[in-house]
Amino acid sequence: MGIPVNKNTWRGRKLLVVAAGLAAFSLAFAACGGDDDEGTTPTTAPGGTTPAAASPTKATGGETDYSSLSGQVVVDGSSTVGPIAEAAAEEFGKVSDVQVSVGISGTGGGFEKFCRGETDISDASRAIKDSEKTACQGGSVEFVEIKVGIDALSVVVNPDNDWVDCLTWSAMRTIFDQGSAITNWNQVDPNYPDQALKVYSPGADSGTFDFFTEEINGKVDQFRNDNIVTFSEDDNVLVQGVESDKGGIGYFGFAYFQENEDKLKALGIDKDQDSKATPVADDKRKGCVEPGDSTVLDNSYSLSRPLFMYVNKKSLAEKPQVKGYMQFVLENSDLVSDVGYVKLPDADYTAGLNTLGAN
Amino acid sequence: MILTSSNRQMTRAWISRAFTGGTFLCTLAGVAALSVLLYQVLDEGVTRLSVDFLTTLPSRFADRAGFEPAIWGSVWVMGITALLTIPIGMGAAIYLELYAAKNWLTRFIQINIANLAGVPSIIYGILGLALFVRAMELQRSVLAGALTMALLVLPIVIIVSQEALRAVPSSLRDGALALGATRWQTIRGQILPVAMPGMLTGVILALSRAIGETAPLIMIGAFQYVPFSPGGVTDLPDCASWADGCPLKSRFTVMPVQIYSWAARPQEAFQQTAAAGIIVLLAVLLSLNSVAIVLRNRYQRKVRW
Repeated sequence: MGIPVNKNTWRGRKLLVVAAGLAAFSLAFAACGGDDDEGTTPTTAPGGTTPAAASPTKATGGETDYSSLSGQVVVDGSSTVGPIAEAAAEEFGKVSDVQVSVGISGTGGGFEKFCRGETDISDASRAIKDSEKTACQGGSVEFVEIKVGIDALSVVVNPDNDWVDCLTWSAMRTIFDQGSAITNWNQVDPNYPDQALKVYSPGADSGTFDFFTEEINGKVDQFRNDNIVTFSEDDNVLVQGVESDKGGIGYFGFAYFQENEDKLKALGIDKDQDSKATPVADDKRKGCVEPGDSTVLDNSYSLSRPLFMYVNKKSLAEKPQVKGYMQFVLENSDLVSDVGYVKLPDADYTAGLNTLGAN
Repeated sequence: MILTSSNRQMTRAWISRAFTGGTFLCTLAGVAALSVLLYQVLDEGVTRLSVDFLTTLPSRFADRAGFEPAIWGSVWVMGITALLTIPIGMGAAIYLELYAAKNWLTRFIQINIANLAGVPSIIYGILGLALFVRAMELQRSVLAGALTMALLVLPIVIIVSQEALRAVPSSLRDGALALGATRWQTIRGQILPVAMPGMLTGVILALSRAIGETAPLIMIGAFQYVPFSPGGVTDLPDCASWADGCPLKSRFTVMPVQIYSWAARPQEAFQQTAAAGIIVLLAVLLSLNSVAIVLRNRYQRKVRW
C-alpha cells in the first residue's frame, strides 16, 4: 500500500473509481431483493413448477387458427386474475404473433388505467364499481364484462397453528372488523392459546380486499387498521408473512394457497351470519366448509366469487388481436384450473364467446 | 526520561500500525460482502445458466423461464439512453465549463444540476409517468423508459464531465489560445482529447447505475409479464408512423425488474432463475466497465504533454 506517485496514478485512480462503483452497485443490487414497492405494485403470479402442472394445456384448443394475428394487447389489473392472463399470454404467444403484456396493479389500479384508455383488458376479482363506471364514462371508455372463472377466496393460517381449523363469519368479523381490539388468539376464543394475532391483508387497491370487507364486515373497505395489520398488494408478501408468523392469519385467492400448500393451512369457513350480522337460519353454507373445486361448484363454500376480464369495446372492434386473445382465454378454460381456480360451467364460456362475437 | 521517550515512540508506532490494520479491515469489509454475494449467487444460479436461458421467453414454469425479453429490453432502453445523454450531457458540460459567463444564472443552473443529481430515482419515475407516459402519450413504451432514464443520468454525466474538463491544465488552453487558435480549435484539439477519458468514465458509470435501476422503470410500467422482445433494428422504420411494430413503442421489461419479479415469487425454483438472471446482469455490467477501461486507456495513450 502507500500513495502512488508515478505516472500511472491517473489510470490507477480511475480503475479504483470503476471498481468502487461496481462494488457499490453490487451492494445496492443485493438490497433490491427487498420489497421497496412503490407506484405500480409489483406482484407476481404463482407459476406451477411441479411436473404435473407443467404439462402443456392442449396446445391450441384446436378450434381456431390464430396464426394470422399480430400486434399488441395490453392487460393489467387484479393479482388474483393475473395468473390466468399470464398463462393465456404465454400459450397464446405460441400460436400467434400477438404480444400480450400482463401488468399487476390490483383490480382498482387496473380500472384506473383501463378507464383512461391505457389498457385493452382489465383483470378484476370483483365486478366494476359505480364510481369506476363513471370514470370510464369520463374517459369515453365503453367495455364488456366477461366472466373467466371462480375463485374460492381462502383464509389461511400458519401450518403450526393447531388450534383452529374452521372460522365462522362472526368470528372473522370480530377479528377483521374496523375498531376490533383483539390482539391475541385467546381473545377470539378462550380455548385458543396465548398467541399474538397478526393480520395479513391485501391492500385497498385489491378487489379481494373489496370483496372480503363487503362480505364479512358488511361494507366495502371497512377493515381494522392498526399496527397488527400488514397490507400488501403483493399476495406473495402475504404468503411469506403468514408462513413466518405462528399467530398470522391472512386471505387471498385460492391459486396462491395452492401454490404454497406446504407452507400454509387453509381454514374451513362456516357461514353462521350474513354480511349484516344477521344469523343465517339454514343454509348449505352453514357448518365447516373447506375451499375447493367441489365446494365452489355446489355453492357451499361461502367465500367464492367470480373472476372477470373487462374488455375495451373500441379495442375489441379495432384490434382483432384483442378479440383473438379473449377468445383464446375462453376456449382454453383448462388454463383456469391449471393455475388453481375453478372453471365455470361450459355454458358461461359459450355466453362469453357470444358477447365477444356481438361486439 | 529515556524510557518514557521510547515508550512514546512505541505507542506512536503502535497507533500507526493499528490505523493501517483498521483501514485494511475497512477494505476487506467491502470485498467480503461482495464475495459472499457473488458466491451465493453463483452457487444458486449457475445450474440454470444456459444458452436457452438467454434466448427463451419467460414462463410461469420456473424451469422454462428465459431472460430474452428482459435482456433486449435493457439493451434498447440503455442504448437510447446513451444516445441521448452522451451528446447532451457532454455538450452541456462543455458549455458550462468553457463558454458560460461566471454569473448568477450560471451558478443557478449549476446548483440545480447538482441538486438534480441527488434526487431519488423514484421521483424521476413519477416525472416520467406524468410527462412521457401520460402528457406526451408515449404509453408505457421503451421510448418513455429511455427518456426517463436519460433524465435520471443526465445530471451525473454533466457533473462528471465538467470535472474532467476542469482537470485539464489551464496552461494547455492558454497556450493554444496564445498561438492564435480559436476557441473551437482549442477545445477540439487540446481540451477534449485530454478530458475524454474522464468524461467517458463518467458516462459509463452513469449508465452502469442506470442499467441496475428499477424504481423509475417500475413507475413507468416495466413491471409486467412480457413474453416478447421489442423488435430488432430492422423494425425501426415502423417508428416513422409510430406503428405497432416499432421497437420504441413496444412494451418492455428490463433485467433488474425481471429479476425482482422472479425473486418475489414464492416457489424455490424461481430463486434459482433469479440468481441466473443476476449472473447475466453482472456479466453485462463487467463487460460494460471493461469496455470503458479499454476505451479510456486508448485515448490516454495519445495524450502527450
